[in-house]
Formats: sequence, structure tokens, C-alpha cells
Amino acid sequence: MAKRVGIEVSLAVSHAVQLARAEAIAAYPITPQTHIVEHLSSLVANAELEAEFINVESEHSAISACIGTSAAGARTYTATSSQGLALMHEILFIASAMRFPIVMTVANRALSGPLSIWNDHSDIMGARDIGWIQVFVQNGQEAFDHTIMAFKIAEHRRVLLPMIVNLDGFILSHVVEALEFTDQDTVDRFLPPYHPWHQLDPKKPVTMGAFGMPEIFAEFKMKHQVTLMNSYDQIMKVWQEWGQLTGRDYHPVEHYKTEGAKILLLTMGCLSEVAEIAVDELRDAGVPVGLLKLRLWRPFPFAALREAVNGAELLIVCDRALSVGGPGGPVLSEVRSVLYPLSPQPKVLGYIIGLGGRDVPPEDFKEIVAQAQAEAELGPRQEFYMYGVRG
Amino acid sequence: MTKPLEDYTWQEVELGGILREPGSARDYKVGDWKSQHPVWTKSHCIRCGVCWTVCPEAAIIEETGGYFDVNLDYCKGCGICARECVTGCISMVTEEE
Ligand code: SF4
Ligand code: SF4
Repeated sequence: MAKRVGIEVSLAVSHAVQLARAEAIAAYPITPQTHIVEHLSSLVANAELEAEFINVESEHSAISACIGTSAAGARTYTATSSQGLALMHEILFIASAMRFPIVMTVANRALSGPLSIWNDHSDIMGARDIGWIQVFVQNGQEAFDHTIMAFKIAEHRRVLLPMIVNLDGFILSHVVEALEFTDQDTVDRFLPPYHPWHQLDPKKPVTMGAFGMPEIFAEFKMKHQVTLMNSYDQIMKVWQEWGQLTGRDYHPVEHYKTEGAKILLLTMGCLSEVAEIAVDELRDAGVPVGLLKLRLWRPFPFAALREAVNGAELLIVCDRALSVGGPGGPVLSEVRSVLYPLSPQPKVLGYIIGLGGRDVPPEDFKEIVAQAQAEAELGPRQEFYMYGVRG
Repeated sequence: MTKPLEDYTWQEVELGGILREPGSARDYKVGDWKSQHPVWTKSHCIRCGVCWTVCPEAAIIEETGGYFDVNLDYCKGCGICARECVTGCISMVTEEE
């Protein structure tokens, strides 16, 4: 049994990257991701991690450098947040299309404006369709575990796609938690050295990142789509293996007190732990409510979600991002479309909460459940609800 | 390329769009975008090589005797060669179907 250590979650993520023996890191410090890369840069400077740390002048360069180091065959890591992720945007597609298994932590933060350094999911939702594998974590232990697992998933020969671990900025990245580290030997056995499928080599010249004529472009997209969907099986295998090693099991859609639940809340990231408290209290009060936590965001776990809502009458999707002028939150619109073929299907109501760092205490979830029940009776009367907005 | 692009299925395309064959850019005949192409009046040519130097597509080829001509597979019809030719012996001719 590994010992439990009290540590700031950002530093735990850096430690996971160290244990994973990342060989190249290119990053630009941006709030609230800063502590992760600061710590990594000192680990490299102190020779505690044998890696190239590339200081760059922007996130556009950070991700471009990561593509370069990944092409050269190095196990590559970066981290970013918010505006930095937005600045990476055009290159994010290239990284996945070129099939480079880069691992990135996104410490989720609201996108401007107004300028905000606090947490919500608008940054990653703007980068929803970049073709990377994406997971959300709800606490420090999960952030640590999923960072290590991400390398193994991304680098598998049948996957070879970059992967993002989303963790909530500040409310998770900057808290000190007690978590269990896995020792280097165990990680080494779990995660063998990266053998690139192809690397830049002057003796065997190849062209990477060439253009695609109209006659071939859609075929590449199809291959990317199929590979990303099929990565699901590999993700499950890696999570199971980690579960056997550490006793910590992960699932694409996680259940909390869902047995016999007529009402289901659905959350991602840190909101999930808060929602658990609300579910506990509501259950004690006799409300048949349960919680679904969406861990795997890409590839979307279609079957697991359809199965998870089976038997529920009302599904309340909580989004931490607003799709302005659209059908509510990004999670809501995807969940609705996933459930569309189901019959019978639960009523699906969407609540937008916690934008730009607004605190979401358990009472809010209790209030949302009460409101949603009333609204579901009435219609519902709106496409979605912005919870707690004054006026 | 071992077969035409339009014959590849999605299962067959190379991982990450990698091109393993060096120099395969030659296979992309980008000359069919043009609406005009250059024509030489060689009797006026002083063989200075300016046209060859300025062509952005490297579409101009040197012939035996030091005269120049164009490889229409790659000429995009920009007209730079005609404009820069010191003796004005290149004229641009409209493409026909
Ligand atoms: S028209 Fe342009 S592309 Fe064609 S040969 Fe002249 S300079 Fe080159
Ligand atoms: S620039 Fe004109 S004169 Fe000089 S080599 Fe070309 S065609 Fe001849």
C-alpha cells in the first residue's frame, strides 16, 4: 500500500508526468496551469526529470514544439488553460490528424470576456472537436492517475492520438489533497518506454504534415473518426489494468447512488463531488435522485450513457459552459442527441452553472433538482436554464 | 504513389498522412489551375536565365543550347516570367478547353 501524501494537485500532476518519464515538455505558463509547468521546469533543471524543457513565447509555439518533439520520437507533454488553449486551437487539429500521442493537461478556465481567471469549461468546449481523446477528473487522485494512464492510452499502436486530461482550474488545480502516489517501479512496469511508430530520421526521409487533395481528405477524416471511436476499447483496457495495479477503478460514465433513481443529475469534473453531497442529502429526504458523472468526453461513451439513463424519468444535465445562442450547454446538446433514439427516454433539462468561477455549493444542486422537477411538470418552458443568474 | 489518389480507401491511407516516398511532390500536378501559360519567341531570347530564376514554381526548364521552356504540369500561369523577361520574348496565352 503506497503512502498517502498531502500535496497541491498541480504538483501531483507534475509528479505524474515525472513518473511517466516524459522526454519533452514545451509549455507557456498561463493561469491557472502555471504551477504544473513551473514545477516541471524545476524538476528538469534539477535533473530530477531527464527531459527537454522548451521555453516558448506562446501556446501556439508550445503545441507546435510538441508536434516537433513528438515527430522526433519523444514522449511529449504540455499543459495549458483558457486563452492559451484558444491560442493553440489551429495546431490542436494538426496534432491529432498527424497522430502524435501528446499528453496535455488543461486546467479549465473561463474564456474572455469579461477577462476571468476562474474556472468553467468554456475553454475546452471551444476545443471540443479537435480529435483528441478527452477525460475529466474530479479530484487530485484522479488527476494523478489519469495523467499517467493518458500516456499509455495515447501511445498504444492502435490509438496513436493525443489526449487531454481536463481538471478544473484553481478549485482543483490549487487545492492541497491527500493522495496516493504510485511508485516508479510500478509506473515503469505499467508504462513501457515510448517507441514511436515513425520518427523523423534523415536516413529514412519522410514527409509529415503534407496537404491532402479533395480526392483523399475525407478518407483521412474517416480514418481519424474510426480510430478515435475505437480507442474506447483501449481506454477501457488501460483503466482496468490500472485498477488492478492500484485498486482505483474508472469508468466512462460513473454512477453515484443511481440505483432506483427516477431523477438523475449529470455532471463533469469537480461539480461531481459537490453533487454527491446534494444527492446524499436528497436521498436522506426521500427524493429518488442519483448522479451520473461523465468522465470520458471523447470518444463519447454512447452505449454507457444510454444504459445509464435507463429507467430514469428526468435527467438534469449540468453544464459549466454556455453555448451562446445555441441549445444550452455543449454537454446538454450532446446528451440530448445521444438519447434521441431511446424509447422511452427521460425528460432532459439543462442547467448552466458555475460560470467564470461562480461557487456551486450542494444547496444549488438541491435547488436545481427541485426547480427541474417543477419545470418538467410544466413542459419544460425553456430550452435550458441559466441557474442563479440575477434579474 | 502506387495508384491514383481516388482509388485509396480510408483503411488504406497512411497513418497521420505521412508520405514515405521522397520527392513525391512531383506527382502533384498543380498546373491545371492556370488560365494562361507562357509561350517563348526563342529568336529574341538572349539566354540570360532571368525567367528560370523568377518562376516561383520552378516550372521553367532549361533546354539544350541554353534556351528555356515551360513544364505545363507545374506552371500556374502567374505571368511573372513574361513580366520579368528582359527582352519581352515571353507572351502569356489564354488556356483553351
Ligand atoms: S507563368 Fe509563372 S509559373 Fe508559369 S512559367 Fe511563368 S513564372 Fe513560372
Ligand atoms: S528571361 Fe527572357 S531573354 Fe532571358 S532567358 Fe528567359 S526568355 Fe530568354
